[in-house]
Amino acid sequence: MGTVIPSEARNLDKPAALVIGGGIAGIQAALDIADAGFPVYLVEREPSVGGRMAQLDKTFPTLDCSSCILTPKMVDVGRHPNIELMTYSEVVSVTPVNRETGKLVGEETGSHQSTNLPTYQPTKPPAFHVQVRRKPRYVDVSKCTGCGSCAAACRMKGRVPSTFDEGIVKRSAIYVPFPQAVPLKYTVDPSVCLYLSRGTCGKTFLCKDACPAGAIDFEQQEEMVNLEVGAVIVATGFDLLDARLKPEFGYGVYPEVMTGIEFERLSSASGPTMGKIVVNGKQPKDVVFIKCVGSRERRREQAALGSQQAALGGVPYCSRVCCMYTAKHAHLVRDKLPDARITVFYMDVRAFGKGYEEFYDRVKHERVIYRRGEPSEVYRRRTTDGEIHDGDGGGRLVVLAEDTMLGKPVEVEADLVVLATAITPRTDMPQTAGLLGLACSPDGFFQEAHAKLRPVDTALDGVFLAGCCQGPKDIPDTVAHAKAAAASAMKVLVQQSSSIHSSSTQSSSTHSSSTHSPEGRPI
Amino acid sequence: MTPQGLLKTEPMVEQLELMGCIQCGKCTGGCPVARKTTLNIRSLIYHMLVEPELDVNAHPELWDCTCCFTCVERCPKDVRPAELVIGLRGQLVESGQIPDTIGAALTGIFRQGNPTGMAREDRCGWTNGTQVKAAQQGCQVLLHVCCTPAYDPRVQVVPRALVKAFTAAGLDFGTLGTEESCCGNEVRRMGEAGLFEMLVEENGELIRSVGASRLVATSPHCFNTFKNEYSLTGMEVVHYTQAVAQLLDEGRLKFSNEVKKTVTYHDPCFLGKQNHIFDEPRAVLKAIPGLKLVEMDRNRERSLCCEGGGGRMWAEGTNLAERLAFQRVHEAAETGAEVLAVACPFCLLTLEDAVKVQGLDEKLRVMDIMELVDLALA
Repeated sequence: MGTVIPSEARNLDKPAALVIGGGIAGIQAALDIADAGFPVYLVEREPSVGGRMAQLDKTFPTLDCSSCILTPKMVDVGRHPNIELMTYSEVVSVTPVNRETGKLVGEETGSHQSTNLPTYQPTKPPAFHVQVRRKPRYVDVSKCTGCGSCAAACRMKGRVPSTFDEGIVKRSAIYVPFPQAVPLKYTVDPSVCLYLSRGTCGKTFLCKDACPAGAIDFEQQEEMVNLEVGAVIVATGFDLLDARLKPEFGYGVYPEVMTGIEFERLSSASGPTMGKIVVNGKQPKDVVFIKCVGSRERRREQAALGSQQAALGGVPYCSRVCCMYTAKHAHLVRDKLPDARITVFYMDVRAFGKGYEEFYDRVKHERVIYRRGEPSEVYRRRTTDGEIHDGDGGGRLVVLAEDTMLGKPVEVEADLVVLATAITPRTDMPQTAGLLGLACSPDGFFQEAHAKLRPVDTALDGVFLAGCCQGPKDIPDTVAHAKAAAASAMKVLVQQSSSIHSSSTQSSSTHSSSTHSPEGRPI
Repeated sequence: MTPQGLLKTEPMVEQLELMGCIQCGKCTGGCPVARKTTLNIRSLIYHMLVEPELDVNAHPELWDCTCCFTCVERCPKDVRPAELVIGLRGQLVESGQIPDTIGAALTGIFRQGNPTGMAREDRCGWTNGTQVKAAQQGCQVLLHVCCTPAYDPRVQVVPRALVKAFTAAGLDFGTLGTEESCCGNEVRRMGEAGLFEMLVEENGELIRSVGASRLVATSPHCFNTFKNEYSLTGMEVVHYTQAVAQLLDEGRLKFSNEVKKTVTYHDPCFLGKQNHIFDEPRAVLKAIPGLKLVEMDRNRERSLCCEGGGGRMWAEGTNLAERLAFQRVHEAAETGAEVLAVACPFCLLTLEDAVKVQGLDEKLRVMDIMELVDLALA
């Protein structure tokens, strides 16, 4: 236990910001605030920052390599003098503190000090007490050089599905999620490490024996860290709908049916197949994309259940990115498989962003067939002789749909079916909301203070939203949202730096400042 | 509707809330009969939305719908497309423009309480003289035999096997005897809303008067309407596969004989797709010693309709040559199974017929799950 202050503490005289989540939203918000001279604690629960964007192959509509544009930012947050990067860590509590009294909100009543001068130094008034749990990596990060000898030696090598690669490849129990990880430090996955999960790993620890730096430390314990911050940015991201909730498409039954994010890993040059599009050991000849899988679903029984929507197989909103990433996927297939037949089944094409319609035009000219109709089913058609042949699982997949332009049902054979699954709120949204006292909108994402005019503010003074935790967004909108959240947080931080001197002139200091905007207007 | 068959579209659009349709085509895309007839429910909805009138008589393919409700299950906007078919059939019923065989089934139900039109007094013929308690005397479990199992000689074995199993398990159960009437599930789907309402009222009153805590239906069709369209408050409605699975689970029913057969199971639409009962029938089959269960490619939510629902037992539809049941029995045969197990009287009849017509009878036998259970019981 102890209070961590930003390394080298260049800005102890300024209030700090907490950024929860190290995807592109959290990274961008942290960089902006840090560049402005405020200290930032960037907390990420995974072993590396990067989030979803790190998983992507190319980005639409410019086809920039996602990790090529993201990695420099990841490196920046890793070495920025004003950023304390706390990976493999989770925020466990955020408690508003009355800025005038320095007491926890709700505890100052009855305190005889409550009407007196601030308890904290006037130059650094905290607005939130934050507790962060640093999970044990079982690796001493000060010693680990990221060489990978441990992972090569691990008894579980090649047996643990890689979350980063969407289970397409298997890793070791000790791992870095991906080669560009920041920090490039190994982590032992306690749920699969033989020693940590079963108490024994043979006669000797292979990883320990292999590590030239002596970095592996199974005695490491979790550590609770107390922070004091003036603003919080929530950038906890999103989940994707479990495609098994749409059983008609056979995801989880047929290896040829995969999700969009799985396709990203398959197509990525740094992915498990080095970017080769291979299904069942073969290059697909016919590729079918199905859009809106689980998005735009209005169900009466779901409406009654509110945020349980995702569990019932669909969400009511448009996930906003699927039209464009499907166009991008179609382009990537065309790029790599010039002779493939590529069919995109769609209900609508929503190409709303800068350069998006132009990209859609381009992809259509690349011999990608857009057919209007939401497919209803995928099944495997037996070969005509009824025999099961090696490699095709007994026949080709058939996508059933109505081509609504033709007005008749069609059956399209496919060697690869890619499902554009809906963006959903994080499954642990209720816990995160409870931690911060945030509200969720009916779609299950965090509720902003005003749908039009205060898109990054929350009902809580000093707490801001960035990225997809507020609703589905593409990368440019996420970055814009993050930069707006950073600017709003900085406004609060600047006011805290200066306004504390005038706080003794306020009439009632027993009033929690968190119920007022910095200007003193009720929220 | 005018005498010429012109229907004003607006009232039905409002009644069925069709305005929410986004014309995505998922309904027609998944419709098993749309692949072989001109039925296109997405197109019909569009016509309803944009045209003031619909010539209902111009759509004989309305009688092709099996009411499998794949469209309803998969519609992303909760439009319930099959309800439009039912509504439009209602218009045809009101104007008397219905296939003769449908008319005969409805008349039979009205007069004798069953679609075959056979005498009400003969409804207990299935018992073969076995005494079954009259539920009217009071019982915990009401066994609803259902019309086809009661009258059709091929299916009568199913309720008999149920009586044997329930007796072995020591259940306090009874039937309504000759007072039992058609549940009306297919009546509603054939568009005869008035007769359906009458049946709901009369059957509901009779069934509630028994005071049973549970109703076990032999047919998934009856199970569906009792569960979802009647208000049998205080009475749990289950399909027989659920009841048998539970008896096995509780150890009240034990199998003593081996049934060394490879079996594949066909999910009935009214049990599977519409009521999400997929596991219990399989649990019963798996509990039979020696039985090996294999799956067809299209199973559970993707099971292919046998084309026996929605009144199709009494109307051929517009494409006689390509029956879905033909396709289905080939799918079953391809699994290498010797038995195609079903849990629905209509599936039993349509698929058995298809096995014969397709010349698969040497290879594949269609059996109700209760026939297999019967073999496994001492």
